[in-house]
Amino acid sequence: MALLEVRDLTVQFRRRGEEPFTAVDGVSFDVDPGQTIGLVGESGCGKSVTSLAIMGLLPRKGNQVTGSVRFEDTELLSLSQSQMRDRRGRDLGMVFQDPLSSLNPVVSIGLQVTEVLERHRGMARKAAMVEATELLDKVGIPDPGRRLSEYPHQLSGGMRQRALIAMALACRPRLLIADEPTTALDVTIQAQILALLKELVTDTGTALIMITHDLGVVAGLCDEVNVLYGGRVVERAARHELFAEPRHPYTHGLLASIPRLDAPRGEKLVPIKGSVADNIPWDGACAFAPRCPNALDTCTQVTPEQESLANRLLRCHNPVEVTA
Amino acid sequence: MSEPLVSVEDVKVHFPIKRGVVLDRTIGYVYAVDGVSLTIQRGETYGLVGESGCGKSTLGRGMLRLVEPTGGRVVFDGTDLSALRGENLRRMRRRMQMVFQDPLSSLDPRQSVESILVEGMRAHELDKGREETGKQLRELLSAVGLPSTALRKYPHEFSGGQRQRIGIARALAVKPDLIIADEPVSALDVSVQAQVVNLLEDLQEQFGLTYLVIAHDLAVVRHISDRVGVMYLGGLVEEAGSDELYAEPLHPYTKALLSAVPVPDPLVEDRRERILLTGDLPSPAAPPTGCRFHTRCPWRQAERCDTERPVLREILGGHRVACHFAEEIRDGKIRPHEVEPVLVHPDEVLIAPDAG
Amino acid sequence: MTITSRKARIDKLAENGDAGVSLVASAWRRLRRSPVFLVGAAIIVAFVLIALLSPLLAPHDPSATLLLDQVSKAQNKIPDPQPGYPLGGDDQGRDFLSRLLIGSQQTLMVGVLATLFGLAGGLVLGTLAGALSGWVDTVVMRIVDVMLSIPSILLAVSIAALFVHPNQYTVIVAVAIVQIPVFARLLRGSMLAQRASDHVLAARALGVKPGAIVFRHMLPNSLSPVIVQATIVLATSIIDAAALSFLGLGNPDDSVPEWGSMLGRSQGLLDSHPELSFWPACCIIVVALGFTLCGESLRDALDPKNRR
Repeated sequence: MALLEVRDLTVQFRRRGEEPFTAVDGVSFDVDPGQTIGLVGESGCGKSVTSLAIMGLLPRKGNQVTGSVRFEDTELLSLSQSQMRDRRGRDLGMVFQDPLSSLNPVVSIGLQVTEVLERHRGMARKAAMVEATELLDKVGIPDPGRRLSEYPHQLSGGMRQRALIAMALACRPRLLIADEPTTALDVTIQAQILALLKELVTDTGTALIMITHDLGVVAGLCDEVNVLYGGRVVERAARHELFAEPRHPYTHGLLASIPRLDAPRGEKLVPIKGSVADNIPWDGACAFAPRCPNALDTCTQVTPEQESLANRLLRCHNPVEVTA
Repeated sequence: MSEPLVSVEDVKVHFPIKRGVVLDRTIGYVYAVDGVSLTIQRGETYGLVGESGCGKSTLGRGMLRLVEPTGGRVVFDGTDLSALRGENLRRMRRRMQMVFQDPLSSLDPRQSVESILVEGMRAHELDKGREETGKQLRELLSAVGLPSTALRKYPHEFSGGQRQRIGIARALAVKPDLIIADEPVSALDVSVQAQVVNLLEDLQEQFGLTYLVIAHDLAVVRHISDRVGVMYLGGLVEEAGSDELYAEPLHPYTKALLSAVPVPDPLVEDRRERILLTGDLPSPAAPPTGCRFHTRCPWRQAERCDTERPVLREILGGHRVACHFAEEIRDGKIRPHEVEPVLVHPDEVLIAPDAG
Repeated sequence: MTITSRKARIDKLAENGDAGVSLVASAWRRLRRSPVFLVGAAIIVAFVLIALLSPLLAPHDPSATLLLDQVSKAQNKIPDPQPGYPLGGDDQGRDFLSRLLIGSQQTLMVGVLATLFGLAGGLVLGTLAGALSGWVDTVVMRIVDVMLSIPSILLAVSIAALFVHPNQYTVIVAVAIVQIPVFARLLRGSMLAQRASDHVLAARALGVKPGAIVFRHMLPNSLSPVIVQATIVLATSIIDAAALSFLGLGNPDDSVPEWGSMLGRSQGLLDSHPELSFWPACCIIVVALGFTLCGESLRDALDPKNRR
């Protein structure tokens, strides 16, 4: 059985005096223990909102979350705020994009880590300190004993992100959600953090949901990839299948539009026309249709349903043909 | 080789760090750019890559004298820019334009697109009558792929990619020779980045422009540039043709940087060997002695790397590298070893010798 | 998203058309829908109308001592409300309602003029400091710091006391000078932020002349917080002017009514006739509230983060 089952997750923003806006529109996926799932898409595709909804971190006021998020045998969406808070510490960990704003600036790193240990694992202060030192060491922070007494601003961006990962791991969560964990970091630091996450997943068997806009990050890390567009999953496949034969015109377009370090020079990039602002609503159409090179008349008349193909799920009326 | 369009000679930009309760006193310097020399040929695209804090943006701004260099000189088409003052400098600016990273913040929110585009033309007396200007504006917009209805709109009414097109049109409006593009696509969505990259390429062909493209994304830089310079902590560590640099990086930092860039292809990713650097970028206010990279370098050798700062030297035709042991590393005579990470404090300052 | 939202978007596009929506236009569009602004604006409009029409509205001459026969200093007695005099009279036997109505003219004029002069002075100093920086900035800002270090009402009192013959104009000058440093500091701060902004850098890179950069880019983009502050300062300058009058540093000519001086005159009668203090105080508070509400909603409307 899957560790996490997300079914038909829908998030509507309802603001006073505005049209309700559906940020996540019926997203379903499973995460097995030890598996790494990627949620990929551009800004506004709903990937971050999905993760916040799973973690119960969306403000209840003004947001309507429907569908189902089952973690083992528990329906997370029906838990109370305090039950959810307990879960978040123990079973679910999260790492955010901006490590500085996710850490409390006036509390030392050591206290922030031990606090989690004391609260969720009931450790005594002394034992928690020892454990915290080990955690910082495990995520590759040099001289962890000294770092415990330091404050977030005294650490570099990469070290802050490591500290944040240490905190998320403090309670040995079975599911870790990483929301653009390396976007704010430099490439060489990104490589370090990605290597760390990979190692943690293999060592501890923690399941990982990786949320990113960077297809390169996904290619090296995720077992299964969900491509999101306009709040819906438009294509899902295991990573080798997805990158070898992208079938959805959006996935295909994304891959054709990013310059590759290893590609021969002089080839023109093939951009996707327009921008996310050109989306149309999913009712009675495909949101991607106005930007799609493969668009047919049906694409603006009928909502494409999610279909199961041999090795993937696809939501498209006119998918890209398989070459070769 | 013909006379280069731009030649940068040992440019330094040091920012003083001031502290003090009553009177500010300088307690140290941020060595943002610390002695960079490079040349840009007419019609080529020179790519400058490096991670945040390496000084690549400051170098670009220093070249245009948007920040004052503290040393060295920049020669643009035979004119020493550092000798220019006031009006002469202002007139010179027409020939070297800049495209910024954040297309929204670099456009004045109160100006309509028309007024944004006309402003530069007016400053350099390029607007000749209403009709002529109108025609030029329409041509500009069509060159950057915007409808002529855009003229009366305001920046906030456009998407990110369209705003960047406005920023490019503003630079083009004064008919420059050189465009310095500082992270021109990094604020844009992935699907839109390619549009802007292609646009920059098309415009270069159409108007015979010379580019300096500053970016942290090695893949973008390699795609767009003819030659690439790699910066680390205020200095140029390697420079080569785009293909040569990718095919055979000689500096250990370039090797690590190239190996760290993720490639959207699982087959490549699974096979790749990563050179993981340990530790963080040292603070540019307290750069390491000797080779700036020695604190993180897996090929570091005793003594010389810690004490002597390597100069940029040409190894093969047009391939320059600042490493004492570049040949030995290339030939496999020196093997990489483990590196103990060094503590780095982001606000560390090297107390300046002249601080009173 | 529903069909209606698609229609709404098309409507919105049609509304915008090709003309483009400027910052000011979109701020105004948001203001019109803000209940806070509507309440504040209604208050201000009502008081401005009262001030303009007060000569017609006032039932009596505000300086005529019509009910002097009902005043008794010895018995601490003033005229009660009576037919024709709905709020009664003051301690001189003058019609209280008429004085309150006519008083709005003086109070609003003093408040508005003092704020305008303060704003003008602050704009000049702030622009100088923000545009020239260097030693000009240092000198201007040190002066401003000194002025800010003195409590504003104390400073206003000291300035007002410098004039041998106080009148409503000396009050305006005193209150205006006190407001200058507030505006100057605010403007300089946002000018400096503008100087460091990308679009000013872009203008420099473009080769735009320095003067044009200051007056076309830096100044206009720095004004929003200053304008918001002005509406809020309007409220405080009305209060400050009232305080000066209250302290006897205003217009000694008692025949021209002003809320502050009315409040001052009635303090001796606070125990026996609190209504004499209540009405002018109430007017001051409501007007000040009106300007503050407008200022707050203006701040929200001009905030670029709220723009869509």
